[in-house]
Amino acid sequence: MTAMHYTTNPGRTRDIRLHRFHGGLKLPSHSAISMSLPVANAGIPAELVIPLQQHIGETAIPLVRPGERVLKGQMIAAPRGTVSAPVHASSSGTVTAIEARAFPHPSGMTASSIVIATDGKDEWQTADSHFTDYRQTTPAELLEHIRNAGIVGLGGAGFPTGVKLGTAANRAIDLLLINGVECEPYITCDNMLMQERAREILAGTHILQHILNPQHCIIAIEDGMPAAGAALRTALNEAGEENIEVVSVPEIYPSGGERQLIKVLTGHEVPGQGFPSDIGIVCQNVGTAAAVYQAVVHNHPLVSRLVTVTGEGVRQPRNLDTLIGTPFSYLVAACGGYTADVDRLLMGGPMMGFAVHTDDTPVIKTTNCILAVTREEMPAPPPALPCIRCSKCTEVCPADLLPQQLYLHAHSGNLDAAQDYNLFDCIECGCCAHVCPSHIPLVQYYRHAKTEIWSQEKQKKAADIARRRHEARLARLERIKRERAERMARKKQAVAGKDEKRKDAKQAAIQAALERVRQKKTQTGVTPKNTDNLTPEQQEEIREVDRRRQH
Amino acid sequence: MLTALLALGALATLIGLVLGYAAIRFRVDSDPVVDQIDALLPQTQCGQCTYAGCRPYAEAIAAGEADINQCPPGGEVTIQALADLLGQDPKPLNPEHGEHSEKTVVVIDENVCIGCTLCIQACPVDAILGAAKQMHTIITAECTGCDLCITPCPVECIHVVPVRQDQSNWIWPTPEDDRLLQTG
Repeated sequence: MTAMHYTTNPGRTRDIRLHRFHGGLKLPSHSAISMSLPVANAGIPAELVIPLQQHIGETAIPLVRPGERVLKGQMIAAPRGTVSAPVHASSSGTVTAIEARAFPHPSGMTASSIVIATDGKDEWQTADSHFTDYRQTTPAELLEHIRNAGIVGLGGAGFPTGVKLGTAANRAIDLLLINGVECEPYITCDNMLMQERAREILAGTHILQHILNPQHCIIAIEDGMPAAGAALRTALNEAGEENIEVVSVPEIYPSGGERQLIKVLTGHEVPGQGFPSDIGIVCQNVGTAAAVYQAVVHNHPLVSRLVTVTGEGVRQPRNLDTLIGTPFSYLVAACGGYTADVDRLLMGGPMMGFAVHTDDTPVIKTTNCILAVTREEMPAPPPALPCIRCSKCTEVCPADLLPQQLYLHAHSGNLDAAQDYNLFDCIECGCCAHVCPSHIPLVQYYRHAKTEIWSQEKQKKAADIARRRHEARLARLERIKRERAERMARKKQAVAGKDEKRKDAKQAAIQAALERVRQKKTQTGVTPKNTDNLTPEQQEEIREVDRRRQH
Repeated sequence: MLTALLALGALATLIGLVLGYAAIRFRVDSDPVVDQIDALLPQTQCGQCTYAGCRPYAEAIAAGEADINQCPPGGEVTIQALADLLGQDPKPLNPEHGEHSEKTVVVIDENVCIGCTLCIQACPVDAILGAAKQMHTIITAECTGCDLCITPCPVECIHVVPVRQDQSNWIWPTPEDDRLLQTG
């Protein structure tokens, strides 16, 4: 890998030359709404609903039964396979059920969850392992610990951090990038985290450095986050840290996207279907870094996160330190409840978020924002008009794709062609749909096409397995038939052979008996008496008898 | 003149030998077209096409004995793919063979099952687990939804159920579908 230009000026923030990614949008940030109040603890709801699947990968396997008492931080579901993450009890209480509950997903479907009736004591599980000094611990042990702590990417994707770091730890890493660039308008949880817990982020960054051993480390923030930048720099100064730089990037949506941020800071592009670690870069969200600190230093698994509750639809928008599994309704109530003209509730930001169907939906590890919007704030899009091929979407696409081509192919069901136009490089940022003068919900077409392709691939895989099983069955039936035929043939042969032998033995016995008689005759020399004066008739009779005996 | 004839003759012999050798050395055992057709079929092994399974049907298509529109589980998608492969015009599914429907699987009502093993013998993909006079159960993940086990069951304890939908196999509706849902 070629040396990157930022290597020439370590430790000197102002000398970093920033790049631009293609497209992007300048959006009103709406961040002030939720930043007037400091982060507060949301408290413990009476019931926690903790879904088994809060990450990318396989669903976790429950370890507890209804009726069982659990402690805060206790692992209640174990990971299934490598790409998976465990789930921990966010507070102490009793498991009341493991059942399908509301889940933040655009489909509005329920998902298997462990329901805990909290006891309000918030009693931590006593630590069985504790790193007094992580520097004395091998990266492999730390990775295992991070994996067991259930940490996933808190920026929004929810990819298991242990897996991501594990892949990167085997490679030469040039740059560790701590991403504090808020992904979307309205969301401020990363900003507030940096302002209030800069030390934790820094400590987490140090642990990540210990694991990955990168040449350089950057904490990236946005131009509109002076307070966060100041807090981070203070923490850096306190720690006497000179090898970590805080870099501020322009506020262009979606510069918080991993690939876009890497492009802005390094000028390098992550290969299409590849990972940043392919080009020696690892990117971690600031929240993830803080969670790593909590897990390694305090042995606290991921049981809470900062959630921005915002929008014109809540009375007192703010950031809340929230236990995983807390219902949205509880958080909205903690923020003064809904305003009268609230229209919709979204999880995530206005660009990439999706509407949830009920406010019973629990906060999961990837819930960065709960957005209650009014109709005025986010009006329903006008009906879509035909595409006029104005190419505005192409101009703003931060992944350098051709959105209108993707749309045409996805719309007409020509999925192969859509894939040829790199559909899977689309990050679903929504820039194209945002600028579309025909108000075409472009992203939804892409999402449809992606899930459709996945589904077809799955079907193909299932068909291949079915074919193999069918062929194996036919082969087995054929084999059984053949074996049976062979067995029958052998038996027949065996029986026939026995008959033959038996016959032979009989004949041999008769022959032996006759032989004995003959011998006896000659040995004893016995001859028939009174045979001198016989009539020819009598002689003939004797000959007749003798002849018979011969046979 | 003679040189030319000799040269061409020698060349022809040489090329003939090479081709003859290649035909033997690189012989393809199975008909590649059959494999290609078989790869497009859904492998339900249901026999609705009137052939004994997907591969026999593929062989029949390749031999020109069967039409490409006899596979209800594959539906339009399979017909289209077969038409593309074979350079034919796609045609609608032949209703004689059944209608295309969403994929289903079967479940055994284990309380009713008498353990007769008839369904196990009928299952083309060995997706039923059990033994004589023991309870039988379907391995749902392996079930192709061919429904061949239903007729042999003497106690009618096998039921057809739709495939369970969850987040992992959910497909985003298109905006058109969404509108239909909202208005309809």
